[in-house]
Amino acid sequence: MIVLVPLIKVIVVVLIVLGIVSYLVLAERKISAYMQDRIGPNRVGPKGLFQPFADIIKLVLKEMIVPENANGFIHALAPIISITVAVGALAVIPFGNYIVIGGQRISLMVANVNIGVLYILAMSSLGVYGITLSGWSSNSKYSLLGGLRSSAQMISYELSLGLSLVGVLMIDGTLQLDKITMAQSAGLWNIVYQPLGFLIFVTAAFAETNRLPFDLPEAEPELVGGYHTEYSGMRWGLFFLSEYTNMIVSSALMVALYFGGWSLPFINYAAMAPNLAALVQVVTFFAKVGVLIFIFMWVRWTLPRFRYDQLMNVGWKIMLPLAILNLLGTGAVLLAVK
Amino acid sequence: MTNNGNGRKGPQLTLWEKLYFPEIIHGMSITFKALFRPKFTRQYPEERWVPPPVFRGRPVLVVEDETNVERCVACGLCARVCPSLAIQVQAAETELDKERYPELFEINMLRCIFCGFCEEVCPEEAIIMSKDYEMTFSNSKDAVFGKDKLLTPASQLKDRLEFLKQYR
Repeated sequence: MIVLVPLIKVIVVVLIVLGIVSYLVLAERKISAYMQDRIGPNRVGPKGLFQPFADIIKLVLKEMIVPENANGFIHALAPIISITVAVGALAVIPFGNYIVIGGQRISLMVANVNIGVLYILAMSSLGVYGITLSGWSSNSKYSLLGGLRSSAQMISYELSLGLSLVGVLMIDGTLQLDKITMAQSAGLWNIVYQPLGFLIFVTAAFAETNRLPFDLPEAEPELVGGYHTEYSGMRWGLFFLSEYTNMIVSSALMVALYFGGWSLPFINYAAMAPNLAALVQVVTFFAKVGVLIFIFMWVRWTLPRFRYDQLMNVGWKIMLPLAILNLLGTGAVLLAVK
Repeated sequence: MTNNGNGRKGPQLTLWEKLYFPEIIHGMSITFKALFRPKFTRQYPEERWVPPPVFRGRPVLVVEDETNVERCVACGLCARVCPSLAIQVQAAETELDKERYPELFEINMLRCIFCGFCEEVCPEEAIIMSKDYEMTFSNSKDAVFGKDKLLTPASQLKDRLEFLKQYR
């Protein structure tokens, strides 16, 4: 029982998230099409709803080419690292409070680690390995450049990402995401206290997930495909999946940290039957995540890519000082209040 | 102060522009409005484009509706003017008033460049550009269109004939 429950939770979460990811790809194509006065995929199934299946079948059936003189083992390993790290970070996201099955409370997060936020930060840092190793092992200049850029970019933005989070952690005094959510459901959402921290976090999250305007590791006009130039078939698909999973993870993290997680103001979950409350909570959580993911896509199809030196300038000269300032300000206010 | 990467000075930005976020939000409002704009996509195989009469599609030979005889008198001017040498005409004699008719009339659609010179040079208005833009063939033999494919009744080409009357 002790082993079984987490195992079931893992399977359910992975299946649901990967299902969502395949439809996110469709959503992104549709949104980009609508923003460019087009319609987007509409041939496979009604309104193009079966397009993800067609995409996946195509990816699975395609040959996975390994370039000559590439390091075959690392070439195969890199996408696996990427997807493992991306999915792994989902373990500490609280999708809801708890459900009751057979008189037992089962919390709606896979693992209630007491250093949840740190765990996610650690996982997202590990994500660099997937990209850098894929760039290095491909034996291609474009891949190598993409990998180099990603390592530089992720390391510089990780700092501001971590520092911007500290404000929230200082206010709530915990690293557990479910406790942070609880604290927000009792009072105001953290975005009210930490607007600057949120902006820094969002910007850094864009850089961490390699999305436009910070998708320099891919930068198709300059680097062909960046780190995944030499990948094809399902290995390329894994990179694709991990990019979208990363998007879900960072959106979920933003929801849990800044937008009250599964809580909604004016709704008293305690008055509801626990399982109904859990359902409402999960739906609320995913609705909030959906809105943030839409913003991710919206930004991607609006902004042009940053140049490499601009990226570094923004990261080190603007974001980092602002994050530290935010930290100082939060500390000062907390001291004054207490 | 701004270095745009090629050593020259970039445009001076105001403080408002340097803040990034207001300008980003401005840009995002534009793309958000674009979500609801009418779309240009045409669902091609179901929904086909009907070109206006100016359009120069596949050249065809006009057949009079009343007599069911093609206008062409096989003078060979079109074959002569064709810059890509796509047209081949072989004349023969006939009992009709026009005395000559094309025994063989072939246009190689792989060579045709849709310039419309044949139409322009034709004294009888016998070869004109149609609205047909959908030509597919799987080998080069099928690409040579003979009289069977070229002869088209004048009633189907009214638009183009009207247009030629007006503008030529």
